[in-house]
Amino acid sequence: MWEQQVAFWVLAVAMAAAAIGVVRSRNIVHAALFLVVVLAGAAAQYILLAAEFVAWVQVLIYIGAVVVLFLFGIMLTRAPMHDDAGALDNDQRWGGLVVALFVLGVLIALLVNAFGGKKIHFSNALVSLGRTSHVGTDIFRVFVVPFEVVSMLLLAALVGAVVLARKD
Amino acid sequence: MTRLANPFPGGDPLFNHGLDLTVIGFVIVKTLIVFGLLLVSVLLYIWFMRKVIADMQNRIGPDQAGPFGILQTLADGIKLFFKEHSTPARADRPVYLLAPFVSALAAFLAFAIVPFGGIARLGTHTTFLQLADPPVGVLWLLAMSGIGVYGVMLAGWSSGSKYPLLGSVRASAQVLSYEAAMGLSIVGVLVHTGTLSTRGIVLQQTWQNWHSFVSQWLWLPAIGAFVIFLIAATAETNHPPFDFSEAEEELAGGYHIEYGGIRFAIFYLAEFMNMITMSAIAVTLFLGGPSGPKLGFLNQGGWVNVWIVPVFWFLLKLWVVLYATVWLRASLPRLRYDLLMDLGWKVLIEAAFLWAMVTGVIVVGQDQHWNLWIVTPAAAVAALLVYGFLMMCVPGKRELEDIR
Amino acid sequence: MTEFYRQYLSVAVLIGAAALMFGAMLGAGRLLRPNRPQPEKFITYEAGSDPVGGWGQSNVRYYVYALLFVMFDVEAVFIFPWAVNLKSLGVYGLIEMAVFIIVLTLGLVYAWRKGVLRWA
Repeated sequence: MWEQQVAFWVLAVAMAAAAIGVVRSRNIVHAALFLVVVLAGAAAQYILLAAEFVAWVQVLIYIGAVVVLFLFGIMLTRAPMHDDAGALDNDQRWGGLVVALFVLGVLIALLVNAFGGKKIHFSNALVSLGRTSHVGTDIFRVFVVPFEVVSMLLLAALVGAVVLARKD
Repeated sequence: MTRLANPFPGGDPLFNHGLDLTVIGFVIVKTLIVFGLLLVSVLLYIWFMRKVIADMQNRIGPDQAGPFGILQTLADGIKLFFKEHSTPARADRPVYLLAPFVSALAAFLAFAIVPFGGIARLGTHTTFLQLADPPVGVLWLLAMSGIGVYGVMLAGWSSGSKYPLLGSVRASAQVLSYEAAMGLSIVGVLVHTGTLSTRGIVLQQTWQNWHSFVSQWLWLPAIGAFVIFLIAATAETNHPPFDFSEAEEELAGGYHIEYGGIRFAIFYLAEFMNMITMSAIAVTLFLGGPSGPKLGFLNQGGWVNVWIVPVFWFLLKLWVVLYATVWLRASLPRLRYDLLMDLGWKVLIEAAFLWAMVTGVIVVGQDQHWNLWIVTPAAAVAALLVYGFLMMCVPGKRELEDIR
Repeated sequence: MTEFYRQYLSVAVLIGAAALMFGAMLGAGRLLRPNRPQPEKFITYEAGSDPVGGWGQSNVRYYVYALLFVMFDVEAVFIFPWAVNLKSLGVYGLIEMAVFIIVLTLGLVYAWRKGVLRWA
């Protein structure tokens, strides 16, 4: 299916460009907005993989909540309004590049090792696997324990936030 | 009270047979029409609001432009096109220009999932009278209102002044808080419908006879969710009595003080579009959307009954809800901010949880043929006990003083 | 291309068309409005007096609300598929969700007890 390939590459290039924008940008709010583009691209990739529910969760949680949380954090701590050249820059860019390349290599090796020769054959069954009701059945019949553990994780995150927010 | 499964699990049947230029044309024409209709609705709503409030306050209201002043908003809008607009020197220009655009786009896209008419046939194509029917319908709504928050936050931040920033942080915290409550209240509908698609939800509230008003429409089985949804939606759209984003006496305006001319108009438009969208969603989820009695003396499948009548019912219900919003605006004074946040986090969210669980028990009970006369009160009492226990755990006002 | 992709392609067309229309509105404004810049017009508005500038900070409580929102948003993401499947999950599903909600409510009660949901 060439349409999928074209869509994938268009999205991938846009995501990569925006990701470079995230690290290159000297204004922290601009960086956050580039991050929104990357996350929206990921949501679109999920759609291409027929994972409909996951795609919308990506939009809802990451764009609608997590980056909003970042923005709140930026606005509550004296955010530099203008490009303070150097304020968001330091001398570790080459070290950062090395780490980034290393992570890229590890991820490529991992994915090729795990899924190297496999192909997804697009079918209506695949689409229905990604729908909300099917995901729900999976969560509440198969992955019950992880689901309940998630609630503990969220609880821990909240307690941590409360402890941080209190002055004493 | 049986509710059928959604006959269109994959969404709009327009796309069942390939995607050619005709189908794309359909999408674009529908978008244009809905855009035009929303613009006209906003113009009419603002006029209607001013007129009704004027009536309630023994004033005349706008009466110069057109008959009964009906063109007043149009005149105001046209004026704003001709206003000079200068970007403040301390603004962050790209973000400053982006913010109104994001606000308006999110407001419009949220309306896309509203079914405003029936299922129409044109030539060989069958299509829903609605812009989009993604199977994740309600998630789309929440996602779009989440994106709408960006418009508010970015506008306040990029203006480069502390007043808009304070206004935007305040307004966005409010919108987020009530988005949580709103999402949870919708669960009270979903347990009944078993589908997220707005078209599916509407199709389960079809009109068979006058009894359908109580047996099919979800406002009664989900009455608690309906009340929570209305309060949360009012706060979510910054509508009085929750209109903190423009508390003039405290903030010298709101997040959009530094905007003028057409950009201000776009924010204003987005705000009222949100208002109309939320009312339309309330109609969709709880009041049957476009369902209603058809004209018996005409052919059931004729064009009047297929095209016109459902749209008429939808618009009628929409304007009833919109009238209620105007009534609220005229009647209630603005809350205090701490009371607003308390209402959201300490009342509505807990209430939405309890409602979802109690309805869940009832729905499962119905499905498994339990004796509902026992199960329903038992579930309600259990819910109240849990709530009472919760209230015992949390400190009262005086104890909170001690904690501080 | 299957129906699934056609649906989402139409969503893309819809978003594009909507963006174009708002772009057209903003563009029309640009063509119609006058442009006579003067330095005074670019001064930040601070209720009429000369701006003192400076950069305000907001209360940290807003951040707690944003974090609570993230939590409840994640919760909504789980509760939606639960609601859709409730009939087939039956009693089992009810118990699962009750446990989940109670654990999360504990978090809310904790925040409440510690007084971070309070303004002043």
